[in-house]
Amino acid sequence: MALIPRSSAAAALLRPLSSAAATASGIRHVTTDTTPITIETSVPFTAHNCEPPPRSVTTTTAELLTFFRDMSLMRRMEIAADSLYKSKLIRGFCHLYDGQEAVAVGMEAAITKSDCIITAYRDHCTFLGRGGTLLEVFAELMGRQAGCSKGKGGSMHFYRKEAGFYGGHGIVGAQVPLGCGLAFAQKYSKDETVTFALYGDGAANQGQLFEALNISALWDLPAILVCENNHYGMGTAEWRAAKSPAYYKRGDYVPGLKVDGMDVLAVKQACKFAKEHALKNGPLILEMDTYRYHGHSMSDPGSTYRTRDEISGVRQERDPIERVRKLLLSLDVANEKELKDIEKEVRKEVDEAIAQAKESPMPEPSELFSNIYVKGLGAEAFGVDRKEVRVTLP
Amino acid sequence: MLGIVRRKVCAKGLPVTVPGETLRFFRPVVHALRNYSSAAKELTVREALNSALDEEMSADPKVFLMGEEVGEYQGAYKISKGLLDKYGPDRVLDTPITEAGFTGIGVGAAYYGLKPVVEFMTFNFSMQAIDHIINSAAKSNYMSAGQINVPIVFRGPNGAAAGVGAQHSQCYAAWYASCPGLKVLSPYSSEDARGLLKAAIRDPDPVVFLENELLYGESFPVSAEALDSSFCLPIGKAKIEREGKDVTITAFSKMVGHALKAADILAKDGISAEVINLRSIRPLDRATINASVRKTNRLVTVEEGFPQHGVGAEICTSVVEESFGYLDAPVERIAGADVPMPYAANLERMAVPQVEDIVRAAKRACYRSVPLAAAA
Repeated sequence: MALIPRSSAAAALLRPLSSAAATASGIRHVTTDTTPITIETSVPFTAHNCEPPPRSVTTTTAELLTFFRDMSLMRRMEIAADSLYKSKLIRGFCHLYDGQEAVAVGMEAAITKSDCIITAYRDHCTFLGRGGTLLEVFAELMGRQAGCSKGKGGSMHFYRKEAGFYGGHGIVGAQVPLGCGLAFAQKYSKDETVTFALYGDGAANQGQLFEALNISALWDLPAILVCENNHYGMGTAEWRAAKSPAYYKRGDYVPGLKVDGMDVLAVKQACKFAKEHALKNGPLILEMDTYRYHGHSMSDPGSTYRTRDEISGVRQERDPIERVRKLLLSLDVANEKELKDIEKEVRKEVDEAIAQAKESPMPEPSELFSNIYVKGLGAEAFGVDRKEVRVTLP
Repeated sequence: MLGIVRRKVCAKGLPVTVPGETLRFFRPVVHALRNYSSAAKELTVREALNSALDEEMSADPKVFLMGEEVGEYQGAYKISKGLLDKYGPDRVLDTPITEAGFTGIGVGAAYYGLKPVVEFMTFNFSMQAIDHIINSAAKSNYMSAGQINVPIVFRGPNGAAAGVGAQHSQCYAAWYASCPGLKVLSPYSSEDARGLLKAAIRDPDPVVFLENELLYGESFPVSAEALDSSFCLPIGKAKIEREGKDVTITAFSKMVGHALKAADILAKDGISAEVINLRSIRPLDRATINASVRKTNRLVTVEEGFPQHGVGAEICTSVVEESFGYLDAPVERIAGADVPMPYAANLERMAVPQVEDIVRAAKRACYRSVPLAAAA
């Protein structure tokens, strides 16, 4: 990541500010500051039918440190979920996001909780970014009452409506028209907010996506379609699924931007740009060039359709957390030990959340019949043996 | 569809001819009708639906209508006539012919808290969007443990029209009504159409509202109460259209008319048929149906749709489960023929239930039918 201070004032700020704060014993506290600094993205943006935003991203050392912490938390959470799945505490589907953390974190940095996000089933980290807690994640994954969907949704159905997170969807591509619907409602309500509808390179070929994009462009909806291109739709590489894998161009009349999705600052910049654009000019496509270390899901080793060298290559060259670590070190915001301490803290947080989640009970049997409707109108619902189990819905 | 049919209405078994005033051109009728005297007013189903949409859009700014041709064309079947002029293009939206896309957009808007009414030009086209109806709408409240409710109405003509062939004639009542999380309504009369549509729009859950193209032009008397803007019918309750004591006939939508005609014919043969207008396919009013069968001891179910796994099958099973001891005869089932809908008029007639089919089945249930030819 290039470190080119754009002003001499900023250059002065890159000096360790905490030297005065160093204690007599030589222990130095991690320094953060909210004075704006400017960092260049590693790769420029590629634009389709629009002017790309500048490569220089305004941030602060405080923000960079939260990026490090948040991404580390997400990483640790996903790795812990892997272990829980292997010990059969998580059942069914489990799609992990490790490697893609920069997209979730960078997006949050550019928007507010009044903006909406909707995604598919690789949603654990997106949920966390929207203010969800580790306990809600692990409890939901293990099907417990403390889960964000009270154990009734599972890995693919996390929601946090109060923070503008609308799920959590299992049907590939369905979330895109839904997201355009959220944008419609935001415009209808004159809220001056936008919706980010995330989908993968696999979903990018779905017809309903183009139907929704057509309507969004016709009606000028504040919808931003974000293709998280991790280059594999389950086991099918993008070049085998898409005649044109230039997903940012596939909107044709809708402008697009290709973004280095492993660079959290580039993601932040792109999302900020997209929000401004969508509020004025309607829909936009962002293609985040990203990567997942795990297979498609826990049932997929992820190594039959890609080489281990490729995976370790990305980990070495492009890992989003390592990039921020290097940046923090070079800016002297923190040293190696301090960053490792953050990682230890994060690990502890995750372990505690798992322990707490394990304590949470499974749902009461009566929950089988709750939330079918908001207004059950006194209708009857039946169990497997309707002579044994029948309830009246309130 | 064209013209207004004057109907003989049976109220409590006494034939009553509906008084003269029929409305030929729709205007928002509520105020005009209030000036009339106490005689029953007549409204076509089309006018009833239009007035319901109008009133609900007027009462709640979150309600909006979208679908193909609902705006400038005034509605493919003129159900939304006048609404674009009154509410503007922000609330009456003409969509491209992309059901999957616009239905998903409607559901997303409902997630956010708006109250969309999504029109399918016919429910045959809803199959292009069925994933959004079932997976995005019906199941969301459950999967989110109550966080995301979906106050949306999917409406449009369902079932057979006349001569429109196999791809445009299917009845979707059984498919949608099997899905927990959905409510499925099917009006017959103008009062049904008004009251049920208003209830559906106000309901916080996803509602599939199955209309019938051939009923749009039919005129029915409507009480003053039904014309009031606060009028709503309860979801989940059937209506006893005609009381009887010898055999129960259940039906919904257009088949209610056929069942009533069959009841008239049966009455001449001394069979008193009780006709139940289901109104609500899900929740199904099992209590009313079973209470009726416990009284009459015989049941004929009538529906337009395909017989296998249909609405009649569910009603029959409910009665067998709840009221087996009360049945004096096997349950009879009248349904559409087990074939894709043919075009030729004579074949089409054989594919859709006719009044005489219902009469015959009722007589069988009463052990009054002509004996079948010997099998040997």
